[in-house]
Parts: sequence; C-alpha cells; structure tokens
Amino acid sequence: MRYLPKSDAERRAILGELGFDSIDELFRSIPENCRLRRALDVPGPLSEKEIIDYFRARAAENSAGYTSFLGAGVYNHLRSVVADALLQRGEFLTSYTPYQAEISQGTLQAIFEFQTLMCQLTGQEVANASMYDGSTATAEAAMMAVRLTGRRRLVISRALHPEYRQVADTYARDLGLDVAEIGFDAKTGQTDLAAARAAVNDATAAVIVQSPNFLGALEAVPQIAEIAHGAGALLVVAIAEAVSLGAVRAPAEADIVAMEAQSLGLAPSFGGPFAGVIATREKFVRQMPGRLAGQTTDGQGRRGFVLTLATREQHIRREKATSNICTNQALCALAVTMHLSLAGKEGLREMAHQNLAKARYAVAEFEKLPGVRRAFAAPFFNEVTLEFPRSVRMINHELERERIIGPLPLGPFFPEQTKRGLLCVTEVHSRQDVDRLVAATRRALESLGVGAREAVSSPAER
Amino acid sequence: MAQPTPTATRHVNLNERLIFEKSVPGKRGMELPPLDVPAVDAAKELGAEHARAAVEGFPEVSEIEVIRHFTRLSTWNYAIDLGMYPLGSCTMKYNPRVNEFVARLDGLATEHPLQPAGLSQGCLRILRTLEMFLLEVTGMDAVTLQPCAGAQGEYAGIAIVRAYQSSKGNPRKRVLVPDSAHGTNPATAVTAGYEVQNIRSDATGRIDIAQLAECVNEDVAALMVTNPNTLGIFERDIARAAELLHARGALLYMDGANMNALAGVARPGDFGVDVMHMNLHKTFSTPHGGGGPGAGPVAVKKELEPFLPIPVLVEKAGGTLGWDSNRPKSIGRLRAFYGNFGVLVRALAYALAYGPGMIEATRDAVLNANYIRKKLEDVYELPYKQPCMHEVVFSDARQKKHGVNTTDIAKRLIDYGFHPYTTAFPLIVPGAMMIEPTESESREELDRFVEAMRSIAAEAAENPELVKSAPHSARVGRLDEVGAARKPILRWKP
Repeated sequence: MRYLPKSDAERRAILGELGFDSIDELFRSIPENCRLRRALDVPGPLSEKEIIDYFRARAAENSAGYTSFLGAGVYNHLRSVVADALLQRGEFLTSYTPYQAEISQGTLQAIFEFQTLMCQLTGQEVANASMYDGSTATAEAAMMAVRLTGRRRLVISRALHPEYRQVADTYARDLGLDVAEIGFDAKTGQTDLAAARAAVNDATAAVIVQSPNFLGALEAVPQIAEIAHGAGALLVVAIAEAVSLGAVRAPAEADIVAMEAQSLGLAPSFGGPFAGVIATREKFVRQMPGRLAGQTTDGQGRRGFVLTLATREQHIRREKATSNICTNQALCALAVTMHLSLAGKEGLREMAHQNLAKARYAVAEFEKLPGVRRAFAAPFFNEVTLEFPRSVRMINHELERERIIGPLPLGPFFPEQTKRGLLCVTEVHSRQDVDRLVAATRRALESLGVGAREAVSSPAER
Repeated sequence: MAQPTPTATRHVNLNERLIFEKSVPGKRGMELPPLDVPAVDAAKELGAEHARAAVEGFPEVSEIEVIRHFTRLSTWNYAIDLGMYPLGSCTMKYNPRVNEFVARLDGLATEHPLQPAGLSQGCLRILRTLEMFLLEVTGMDAVTLQPCAGAQGEYAGIAIVRAYQSSKGNPRKRVLVPDSAHGTNPATAVTAGYEVQNIRSDATGRIDIAQLAECVNEDVAALMVTNPNTLGIFERDIARAAELLHARGALLYMDGANMNALAGVARPGDFGVDVMHMNLHKTFSTPHGGGGPGAGPVAVKKELEPFLPIPVLVEKAGGTLGWDSNRPKSIGRLRAFYGNFGVLVRALAYALAYGPGMIEATRDAVLNANYIRKKLEDVYELPYKQPCMHEVVFSDARQKKHGVNTTDIAKRLIDYGFHPYTTAFPLIVPGAMMIEPTESESREELDRFVEAMRSIAAEAAENPELVKSAPHSARVGRLDEVGAARKPILRWKP
C-alpha cells in the first residue's frame, strides 16, 4: 500500500524485536468476542488514477454546465488561484492546532491577521478564529448572550436564515431556553420593529437578526439595537454574506456579530467546509467561545504569537468551558486571510460595488417581465426577493431545461410565499448570464400562460 | 579617508511583519474583470445609513507580496509533510495529496447545497458511499455526516441520548465520564444540559467496573467512553459496561477519536456501543490544517435512528438520493446544509484507497506505538506496562528528579526536528508524555525519534538546564503565555 512506509520484511523484523510471532498478538488485549474475524466488506483498494476517475464520474452527475443564481447563505464569488496555491503548502495544510507556539508561528501570525481583518470588517473590537460556520456561530453567540446576561429568552427574527434558526433551536432546546419569533414587515422585508418592541422584555438575553437578512433586506440595525438595549438585552447580528461589508456599514451597534466568511474566498463545496466567526466587544471576550491568538514576546523580547485565554476552552476547563468547540475551521480561516490580503481594501470595495450594480441590473431586467416585481422595498445588497405570477418551482423547472438554476423558491421556508424567489447575482455573473436568465424566465412564464398583457399582481393576491 | 560603514538590517524573511504593516495605499493583489453593466451609486442605492466607503485598515499589497508573506509564514510551521508528529490522541497521519485534488474538482467544489437534488446526485452518492463505509467499519446501523468536528459529533451524540431518554419519559440527569477522557467529553455533556460525574480508572488504567456498577442508576443517561482509552489501552470490559448500563436503561457513548487502533480489527457496534462519533481528520486522514476543518460523523444503533439530526440522506424510488427533513423525533439541525462536504470527499478518497486493506494501516499504527514503547521503556517511566494499542503514555517521573518535566522534554524535541508529543494528558498520569506515531512513519523515522528521545533523557541527567531552556533552534524562544493572557493583544492596531 503506497501510503504505508514499511516493507513486510521490516514489519517482521520489528515484530521480532518486540518478541511477537504474529501481528495479531499485538491485539490480544481486545477480547475475542469484540474482534472482527472477517475482512471489511467495503469497496477498494483503488489506485490514485482510479480515485480520480471515481470522483470525476461523481462530479459529472452534478450541475456541470449550469449557471446558478442561488445564494441564501452560500455565495459564488471570484477567488484567486494564488490563495489556493499558498493554502496547499504542506506547512499550512498538514500542521496541527498551534499549541506549540515555537514551531507554529506561521499559523499563529496568520490567525492574528485573520482576527484583525474580521474586526475591521465587522466594526467590532475582538474576533475569534473560528467557529464551524455562520449557523453555529449564531447559536454560540446566542449562548454567549445567555451567559453574559444571565437571562434565558431569545427573540429571533423570522428573516434569519431558516437553517440558522433551526440550529439555534437545537441548542436552545437542550438548554431549556425560551425562544420567541418576531415577523418581518410585509412591505419592507425588514424585521418588524413593533413586533420586536412587544417581544423583548427583561428576561430577554438576545435579539437575533441577520443583515442582509434571508430575504435580502438590510436591517435597521441601530433601531433594533435601541430596542434590545432598552430592555438590557444584547443584540446579535448574523451576517451570511460577508462581501456585503465592502459596501455596507458594519453593524457597530451589535454586541455580538456572528458571521459566515464563506463568501470571502471559500468554494461553495456543497455547503462546507466554511468559516464561522464571532466578533464582539472587548469586555465580553472572556465569554467568547473558540480560539484566539494573542501577541506576546519571547525571552529576548522578540514578537511572537500564542493561543491565549485558553481558560475559556474545553481542554483546560472541561465541564466549565464556554463551549465544547475544539477543532474548528482554521484552514478555511487561513484561506479567507489570504483572499482578503489579495483583494485588499480596494478589491473588496470594487467587488461589493460590482455586486450592487449586477443585482440592480438583474432586477431592472426582471421588472420588464409581465407580473414580475421586487417583493420588498428595503435596500438590498446582491440578493433580492422577486415576486412572480407563477410558482417559482414551476418556473425553475422550465429554466432547468435551459441549464439555468433559477431563484431559490421561498415556499419551503415561508409557506405563504410560493410565488417568491430569492435571486442572487454576484460579480461572477456576466451581463450575458443575466440576460439569458431573464429571457429564459420570459419563455418559462409564456409557457405557463403568462402573456405580456397580464396585470402585475398586487401583494394582496400572492 | 575612512569609508562609511554600510548599514543594512537582516532581510525581512527572517522577521516577516504583519500584512497590515506591509500595506501601502494604492496597491492591490487582485483585479476583477471590468463591470459590464451600468455602475450604480452605492450611497444612493443603500441610503446614507447603510453605505460604507471602504473597510478602514484593510491591507493594500500586491500579489507577489502576498505570495512571499504567506510562504515565509509557512516556513515557520512544523508539518506532517516535514516529519513525524507524535501527538498522542491526535492521529497526525499522512494526508494524501490526491484527496486535495479530488475535493477541488469542478462539479464538486463548485456545487451549491440548495441546488435541486436532481442536479446533486454525484454529491449525494459520495455521501452515501462514505456512510456505507463508516457503517461497515463501526458495525453500527445508521449514521449522520453532518457534524463539523469531533466535538460537534459528541454534542449530536449526547443530544441523541437526551432525545432517546426523553422519549422513554425522562431525559435523566447525569452523564458519566472516566477521568482519562478528553476535555471535550465533559464540556459536551454540559452543553447538552447534563451534569457530569467522573469515574475513576483502575490500576490497569481501565474503567473501574465495580465503581461503574455503583454509579449506574436511573439518573444516569449515558457513559461516555473512549476506546481504546487515552492511555492507548483497550477497555476489555467494555461489553460488561454496556450490559450494566443497558440493564438500567442507560446508553453507552463511544468517543471514536481513537478508531485508528480499531479499523478492520474490532467494531464498536459489536461490543455494545449505542452511539459514537468518529474524527475523520484523525482516522480518515483529512488534513488538520492548523486546527480544522474536521468532520465528526455520528453512528447509532437502529433504536436511535429516529433521533438523528435533520436532514437525513435517503434512497428514493428508482435509486435516486434525496434529503428527508420530516422526522418528528429528530434532535433537529446541527448546522446549515449537510456538513463539511469537502472534508467528507477527502475522507472517502482515503477510504477507497485502502478498501478492506484499512486493517493494514491499523496494524502498522499499533506496531509503531509498541516499537516506541519497547525502545524507550528503559529510559522513561511507563506507568502502565502492558502492550499498548495505537499510542503509548510515558511519564516524566525519572527526569523530574533532575528538575526536567514533560513540557521541557517536549520542547527539546523541537531542537531535534520533531514536533512535541502531547504533554500533561491524560490527566490521570502526572507528567504524561503521550506518543502516537500513526502508521505513516517508516522505521528510519521511528529510529530517529527514538534516538532523539534517548538523547534528551541523557541530557536531562547530565545537563538539565539545556533541556529546561529548550527550544534553542526555533525562530522564537519560549513565549510569554502568562503575559499574553493577562493583557490580551488580540488584533493589530496602527
């Protein structure tokens, strides 16, 4: 076997030195009734060529050749080959968690740079490196708020990504937390402030919103912060599309930001691995979960970096830890650090502005179609909820024939919104891609009996 | 007339600054294709309350500077690709390069998790094949690939225990954890809403079955056990422990962090385990990457299947695959989408490379650990004498007499070109030195490690100061960790 660096003769020689006749004797401590006395019934072994062929065949069974306009927590953005080439250096790829600081300075300094970049992006004072993804970062942020306030009620916007919400529910249930939901405004698509005011009380640990939210709307963060803080609760802002921060103001009023950094240099990869981040105020750092690198010096006064504040973590505190997280998404965080170093201040700004422009171009083109309109009035970044005169599922079925993956149908998440779809347009889409999508949608609507003359449906009819 | 002495500092590759300190306004390392639609005025589109001019403080550097920055940083890291990584309990084995290649294929890395299932059959088939592989290796009945790492797998497993116990009428109060357990075990039990009760190890380093029998009652939801345990010893009474638990309605949870000692040799499903997690970044070789990403699949017995997290991968009519979220007894969702897919691809590539031959890796891993045990037992104290499995735990008891402790010896290993072993764990061995070579080491590399360890033992007796002040060859000396924690500097500021 090519991965095993021993000949059979070497194995026999070592066994002999150990005083054993057969390898099986080394497993004598396992009682016979616990042993497997047959070969594993699994496919393989495969050579390198066969492995590549196998995965190429699987890749061909997916969406190769399709143009996709999906977002909803996973975004397709440009990535430089430079970052991936650097990431594949064995010194990064095959190193362990940097507990041994003297021989891990590369990873530690990069983590310190990641923490800095995340603070600059989110407008917060400290950031960890890292959480599993945006959804678990949001759940951990909620639990952090529970510890900080000593309160046990979460108030969560319905416009939070539905899968983030499900994750928060999972963690909240085991801790016996009270979860209340607040709706969104039917006109703006933003979290309903009156509902928030009514739901937040002196038992509330955190108000949790996402911005841009799942429907694409930018939230009125300062106003929601005022409501939360007025009742002594903390504001958690989840960010699923981090590229937005290249053009959109950071949620500075938030007490905790729970971010998904996937769109900053990580491939969609069918949903993972990504990189979650928690960023917060300095005074909350000792209740923050996850790893932190800190700057320090050695005996000669040279600057170096170490993992620090480990007294929050499971390997030191065991059952008193702030979280059970151990292995996180370090290599993904490194990829983000490399990507943002390349893009830099101007690259991220330009990318964000291209997203603004492309999404608006797409909306303008869609609004030329009969019965298609923006569903919500609030400002948006690169994702927007469109309303169609037919079910999005039926339209998408038609689009698939033209090798297009259309807007995400909102029906499965919001049963009243079957004629609405979430469209995402980024800098990877050319004008031609958008034109092709709109033309195909026009044909789809025609085949579904929507003519040019059909009146635009009013929101009341949806 | 005297010439002025030229002055120059050492090249920065000896002291690479932070990326922010290299920044010069006006530079960039990435350019976009020109915008092909009308530009928009961001302030107007977003409104003054939402618009942002730029991210202040973001670096401005060119492409070559980014390349050099991270290449220089990389040279300050130790890595498996450089040499042996004897970290006990971490299973730092070779990370095959073909796994990196296939995870990046167009059609896999490019796929969106919410695209129609009909256009995702290749991804789903990969997940199904890995599921089948893991079920055969563990002898369990059903599995979820969703957890992102071992700790989240543990959390899922204990949440499943809680849901199961609740379905029987009472979630129960306590989870039992041996004193040799990983720190994640007690932290997980608390996250899932349980109290933790610690169980002593007996004189052989195994669970004290008599004490276990006393502790198991109707308040106990489960026992969390690592097998082989963190001393590298198989819990030979595991089936008996399972019986004790099952008789009182409690479950047996197995931390599969040490599956590298068992794959192909013994299956948890055959010795009474009800629920377990695996660490694919250990046993299945996915790269540790400086601390992740990992994957922590959870496998269960039939009785616990209804409680698996949603969504569950299911086979539909005609053999197509899809997701089922309509599972009322489920513990719910653990993360958005389906798990660390890219990690799962790598794990399957590893599994397929071995196939049934995975047992050879297990054998070599155990052979290597015993070789190290044999070659070092005359110079380092071996608190538990029996042949070990995939890892061996020594203690610094003999070197302590010279004032040299496990951390000193570990740091001195750096000077010999090795990564330190795991220090001070498991907690039940004072001054523990926990060594796991994995199957990836040649005899030559093992001998080099043995020589280094023997040499350090001699130094500890003859020149303890040399060991205590190690490392001497690293880029930085021992760093002030106390100072770092007392006045944390967690980000760069201009």
